[in-house]
Amino acid sequence: MKKRLDIWLIAGVLAAAFGVWMFLWLTREEGAFVVVEIDGTETARYSLGESLKEEVISPWGKNLLVIENGTAKVTEADCPDRLCVNQKAIRYQGESIICLPHKVVVHIEGGEEGGVDAVAQSCGFSGLCFVLENGGGDCYGCQADFGL
Amino acid sequence: MNGKETARYGLLIALAFIFSYLESVVMVPVPVPGIKLGLANLVVLAALYRMGNGPAALVSVVRVVLAGLTFQNTMMMLYSLAGCTLSLLVMVLLKRTGRFGMAGISVAGGVMHNLGQLLVAAAVLETSALLYYFPALLVSGCVSGIAIGVAGAEVVKRLPRT
Repeated sequence: MKKRLDIWLIAGVLAAAFGVWMFLWLTREEGAFVVVEIDGTETARYSLGESLKEEVISPWGKNLLVIENGTAKVTEADCPDRLCVNQKAIRYQGESIICLPHKVVVHIEGGEEGGVDAVAQSCGFSGLCFVLENGGGDCYGCQADFGL
Repeated sequence: MNGKETARYGLLIALAFIFSYLESVVMVPVPVPGIKLGLANLVVLAALYRMGNGPAALVSVVRVVLAGLTFQNTMMMLYSLAGCTLSLLVMVLLKRTGRFGMAGISVAGGVMHNLGQLLVAAAVLETSALLYYFPALLVSGCVSGIAIGVAGAEVVKRLPRT
């Protein structure tokens, strides 16, 4: 049987897919912030709790970002493939919507990513965050306390 | 390169180009980006089996550049070039082992095309967020790879010997 390795190759790829998917699913956490990056640089950061429609303008084109009900999605875009519009809404840490033609990445962050400075920026009150969350720097406590 | 060969290359490139265009117009209705049948790979696969490594590479790269210059943008062309290079490399290596059929080689090619695109995109965008698409792209690469591989085997069987 000359072709028997085909099955193993396909099984291997599917197993890898399942492994990565399991890992991502098991390690997922509710996000707190919607971060917009253009060409690798952060240009905006919104709380997942708010409701807004915001145009993301990159040198390559425009995407409309909508945040509502604790999820974020892109509803309009002038890129050639419009793949970003077809992607599902995101809400967990690390999930993202990506518009490759415009080099735009919208992704979800929790409070602790980026360490003290990022937390301080997003909460505006880093000292108490760390006390509240036992040094973890998680921002949920701050959001609750300061309405951020 | 004689006239007949030139005509053959032209035909294959045109066919691959049209397949890419069709796929960019007719979207697969799934909420994950970049999922497509990879019809263009059918042409590359046929070229790989009937004409050899060089011609397959030529058809593949010219196809990507043409698509990039016409209905995609330059960034997409960059991602696709990485994808098609990696894909071709792996397909040639696997074919050389002689232990894989067209379905297996086509699956490997499809998956590697996705992986190459993803790696370059991750480097360009400086984000690991793309990891989230990887499982879906692997599975879709398998499904479309098998379809294209089976179709490719039929096509190669029926193509007239030259």
